[in-house]
Order: sequence, then structure tokens, then C-alpha cells
Amino acid sequence: MKDTLRAAVLSLLFLFTIVGAWHLATLPKDTGASSAAADDEYAKLMGKGPGAKKSEGFPTPAQMGQAIVANLAQPFYDNGPNDKGIGIQLGHSLARVGAGYLIACLVAIPLGFLIGMSPLLYKALDPFIQVLKPISPLAWMPLALYTIKDSSVSGVFVIFICSVWPMLINTAYGVGAVRRDWLNVARTLEVKSVRRAFQVILPAAAPTILTGMRISIGIAWLVIVAAEMLVGGTGIGYFVWNEWNNLNLTNVLFAILMIGLVGMVLDFMFARLQKMVTYVE
Amino acid sequence: MSLKNPFDPNVHLGCSCGHHSSQAEHDAALPGHDADDGSEEGLQRRVLHSAAMRALFPHDATRRKFIRAVGASTAFSAISSFIPFGALEAIAQTRGSLEKKDLKIGFIPITCASPLIMADPLGFYRNEGLSVTLNKTAGWALIRDKMLNKEHDASHFLSPMPVAITMGLGSVAQPMEVATIQNINGQAIVLANKHKDKRDPKQWKGFKFGIPFDYSIHNFLLRYYLAEHGVDPDTDVQLRVTPPPELVANLRAGNIDGFLGPDPFNQRAVYDEIGFIHILSKEIWDGHPCCAFGVTGAFVKENPNTFAALYRAVLKAAQMARDPKNRPLIAKVIAPPNYLNQPEPLLEQVLLGRFADGLGNVRNVPDRVDFDPFPWQSMAVWMLTQMKRWGYIKGEVNYKQIAEQVFLATDARKRMAELDIKAPATNMQKFKVMGREFDPAQPEKYLASFAIRKAA
Repeated sequence: MKDTLRAAVLSLLFLFTIVGAWHLATLPKDTGASSAAADDEYAKLMGKGPGAKKSEGFPTPAQMGQAIVANLAQPFYDNGPNDKGIGIQLGHSLARVGAGYLIACLVAIPLGFLIGMSPLLYKALDPFIQVLKPISPLAWMPLALYTIKDSSVSGVFVIFICSVWPMLINTAYGVGAVRRDWLNVARTLEVKSVRRAFQVILPAAAPTILTGMRISIGIAWLVIVAAEMLVGGTGIGYFVWNEWNNLNLTNVLFAILMIGLVGMVLDFMFARLQKMVTYVE
Repeated sequence: MSLKNPFDPNVHLGCSCGHHSSQAEHDAALPGHDADDGSEEGLQRRVLHSAAMRALFPHDATRRKFIRAVGASTAFSAISSFIPFGALEAIAQTRGSLEKKDLKIGFIPITCASPLIMADPLGFYRNEGLSVTLNKTAGWALIRDKMLNKEHDASHFLSPMPVAITMGLGSVAQPMEVATIQNINGQAIVLANKHKDKRDPKQWKGFKFGIPFDYSIHNFLLRYYLAEHGVDPDTDVQLRVTPPPELVANLRAGNIDGFLGPDPFNQRAVYDEIGFIHILSKEIWDGHPCCAFGVTGAFVKENPNTFAALYRAVLKAAQMARDPKNRPLIAKVIAPPNYLNQPEPLLEQVLLGRFADGLGNVRNVPDRVDFDPFPWQSMAVWMLTQMKRWGYIKGEVNYKQIAEQVFLATDARKRMAELDIKAPATNMQKFKVMGREFDPAQPEKYLASFAIRKAA
């Protein structure tokens, strides 16, 4: 308990140091009186006239705070197809991730089971998996757009194709690594194969499978931002891209923060699940 | 409204009774029978009435005399008694009904697309009975793909794109049509601030330039400009395709030395003190087309009435955008995050043409950008000559046939006449690019006159 408290204090200390350094680094620089002497109209056109509000360069922590408050005050506003609140954007992203991830689970876990139970299949499919696994989502996108002919389905497809591999590999590995003794016991007791799969192998392989699922959800969340920046329309990735259009770094930073927080929550959920299925031998 | 009330004895051209400042006011002052309430149905009713009256009174003078003698209301009811206007109107209504009311239109957030963007907040689509969703799209390749996938019904294009797609260049061949040009001029060559002393293009060897897309007027104009100054765009510099919104970010990062890009990003580079405007694109070719409003050939065939309604909406918007008086309002309605997501003062500099050039001068170029919608087929021929010049097309090119197929100049003229917008009488015209005359009748001769071109 004492350690937790200490860690929390240290965390806060880190936070203050970072924000403090950030504040000092972004203090407005005094440009001197030279600009005042310059042509008034020119200055105005450059957004520098008296009373002009123009954000310059990297935002200060104070501006960042204002942006967070402003964005979170109205998370669900909807000003037309290209301007929606952060809540709606995150919702769209989560829905896409959910759909792609679910399909990936439905494919990867049964397939992983099969591969794991058959060493021959494992060896035969391994080269394909190894080649397909490291392909970036952005590389899949043009191909998906061309063949699927629908940008939102393409987004879901990219999530699917990127999150399927860790789950597949981990499931296969987990299933393949179930202790021989337990399988032999099941065989001695003449347990039928379906029952053996669900009552012996599944619980035994569950921690490994969950690890794969946890890695996959992390990847899916990484991928969605890139995919949405490319496809546009809705979602947190589109939000980042749209604010990049306007070179509005404050909102981009805010989006980065939100992406991090949502990713953390997703990971936390899977960590909990993982804890539930872990057993001590 | 272009059609005059046929039951008005005073109508020929303008308001002739002299009591009203305009024909619209005159019409408003007339009671009861006035069929034209400004809506689409009103317009259709008016077409019908006019046709009937023209048939009954071949000589306009006779019609006017008759109506003056008996009064407009009496004339209307008398004629209605033997011509079933109501039934005819119903028939005309069904014939003119929209095949598709909910449309998705893609756009890139740049001022070139002002007419088709402003048509949404200002209600031009709504007035035609259309419910339009404007989809901001991340880049030109995606604009192409979403049109080919039929995710968008109509789209903002770079004007050479429909030509390229129709020919199957850089995509599957699919007929695309340019209904109107969105804007003329309105682009610029921007250089990074560190190149302030390198204003002569001969000093640009080794530069990296951003262009929005291969099949863009930007690419062709930049290549043309460089070549006229003796710089070979294929060997002496590097041209990188960069989506418009990313041009400024790349210029800041030093990935590119400059770009020939669309506004507002030229002005944005100045506004953010990253670059300066070297020259405006109108100084290369005054009146060059930039973006276009396009549809697929299939859409036009399947939805003729919807297409006509869309056409009217965009032409009306273009007409409004041409008037400098309306530009501040336009800057205001297209600035919000839903559309361009840019500061309003920035858009005003682009649209009004009084701007900071990044070198400390305030320049005043009222025609920095204009929104002449007429799709000159000669523009398409010029683009084809440049595509051939730089090796995008190889072999024989049937310039005239492609230009006529893709650029709907004749249609545009008809639609513009319906809306009382002045349209040119011909589809082709000669023009000058950097002082060199282009004759659309002799594209091959023009092509042969260039010293710098990609070896065939």
C-alpha cells in the first residue's frame, strides 16, 4: 500500500515536471517593437494586427487545457457530416475497431485451434502467416479500396487483417502447448473430442489466447487511426487529419491524448479478462 | 427568374411598366394568378403556361393586346376553361421528378470548390429539392476511388482527372464527365522562406516540389513554367504528389522546397510564415481551369432530372460566387470545420484578392480566383497536349473526340441559358500560356513546338 502511494506521488511529480518544462518551452517570445513599425495592413493580413488572435507554433499547457475543456464540454455535437464532437468520432472508431476485431476473433480462434491441434497444418501455414503478419495497414488500404469498393468496409477489413495474426499465432501456440499429461488423462477417461476441446484444451490455453487477444486489440486501436486518416469521413483518425488541415496542433494533441486514454481503457479491460482465466499449475 | 409571366401584358424584356425596379418586384406586385413563386414547381407551371400562350397567340403583340383588353385574371380563367392546366401540370411534375434525392458529393477542402461547398449552407441544393451530404475527402486518389466505387454521386475533381479516368490513365477506364468548371486561376507557386533570394527558376535545379496529383492542372502548369525557364521537370527537379492539406506541413518540415498548390494553402503558408507566394498561377495562364464538378456518365443517364437539378444548383452558386460583393459572405460560410476548417481572414484574402505575399508586400489582385463555370473543350485539348508532352499518354490521341466526350460544353451552355447566365457561343477558343498561343485546332503542331519534353 505504501509503495502504491509512493508511486502515485512520483507519477504526479513526473507530470508536473513535464507540464512545467512544456510551459517554459512555449512561453511567448518577445518579438520586440520592430513589428509595430511594420505596415499595419500587412500585419493585419498576416493575422498579427492589434487584437488579432492567432495561435502560433506549439500550444502552451494553458491553451491545451482550454482545448480539452472546450472539446469535452460538448462531446456529442453534430454540425454536419464533416464536423462532429469528439465523443461521436471516438464512437465511430470504436465501432469500426469492434467490428473488425470481432470478425478477427471469429476467424482466428477456431482456426488457431485447428492449427494448434495439428502440427502438420501448423508447419504448412506458418510461412503464409509469417509473410502476412508484418504488413502495414496502410499497405492494405489501396488494395482493399480497389477490391471491396467501399471505404468504410475497407476500414473494417484493415482492422481485421491486422488484428487477426497475433490472435491466430497465440491461439495455435497455446493449444499446441497444452500439457501432454492432461490430454493423456482425458484420453484415459475416454472424454469425447468436443468435450476435450472445451473442457481441457480451452481452459488450459485460455491465458495464451487472451494474451493474443490483448495484443490484437492494441494493434487494432493503433491501426484505426492510420486507416481513418487515409479514408476520412468519421472517426478519431479523421479528426486528427481534419485538425491537421487547419494546422491546429492543440486539437491534434488533444486527439492524441484521447487516443492514448481509450487505448489504455481497452488494454485494461483485456488485462482484467486475462486475470480471470489465469491459473496456477 | 428567366421565364416571364405570360399572362402579363407588359412582359417582353425586363419590367416595362416602369413602376418597379425589377421584373421580380413587378411580378410580386401582380395579384393572384402569378404562377411563379420561385420554386421549381412554379418554374414548371410557368413553362407550361408560356407554351400554351405561345401556341394560342403566335404573335406576342396580339397576346399582349388580348390580355390588356380583358385583364390578366379573366384571361387566365378563360383559357384555363379549355386548356386543363392543372392536369398538364401534374404530368409535367411527374416527368420532371427527381430520380434520386439524397446525394453524396465528395470534396477536398480548398477554395477551388467554393461553389459546390457554399451551395450547401446557402441552400442551393435544398431549393432544387435535393438533400446533399458533402463528404470531405482525404486526397485526390480517394476522390477517384470513391467515384469509381459509386460511394459518391458527384464530386469535386481536378479538371484533368475526368479526362484521365475516362481514358483509363491511372485507374480503371470509366466514363466521367465534367459538368462545370469550378474555378479558374486561384493557384500559386509557393517557395519556402529560405529561398527568398532564388526568384529565378533557373536557380531551382535540385528542388523538390509538391503537387496535388499527377493528373492536375498544377502539375501541368508547374512543368510548363519550369520548362519555359529551361528547367526539365523530369530530370532537374523532383515532383512529389502530396495531398493539398499536407503541402504546408511538408513545406514547414523542409520535405519540399515549394509547391504549386491550391488556395487556401498558398495563403496559409504565408500566414504561418513558412513560405512566400512566388507567382500566382494566373501569371502563367490567365483563365486556366483548376477544379471541376464532375459525375459519371452512368449517373447522367440514370438520373437525368437529378443531374439537371444538381447542375442548376451548382451554376447558380457559381454565378453568385463570381460577384466580388458576395465573396465576404462566401468566406464566412465555407470557413467552419464542417467545410474548409480555415480562419475566415485567410479565406477573405484568397477570395477578395487583397493579400500579403509573404515578402512584406500587400498585393491587390481582384481576379486572383474566379468561378467561371463554362467547361471550354479547348481547355481539355490543352491538358491532353501536356499529358502527351510529359509521357502520361503514349501514341495517337484523338484530342477533339475526348474533349467533346468529357467536357459537357454544349450542355453547360443550354443550362446556363436556362438560368439567364451568359455563356460563350463556341466550345473552343485560342488562348495564351506564358505568351505562347495555343490553337485547339492544331494540338500536334503546338506539341511539336516545345523544346523540353519527355523523349517519346
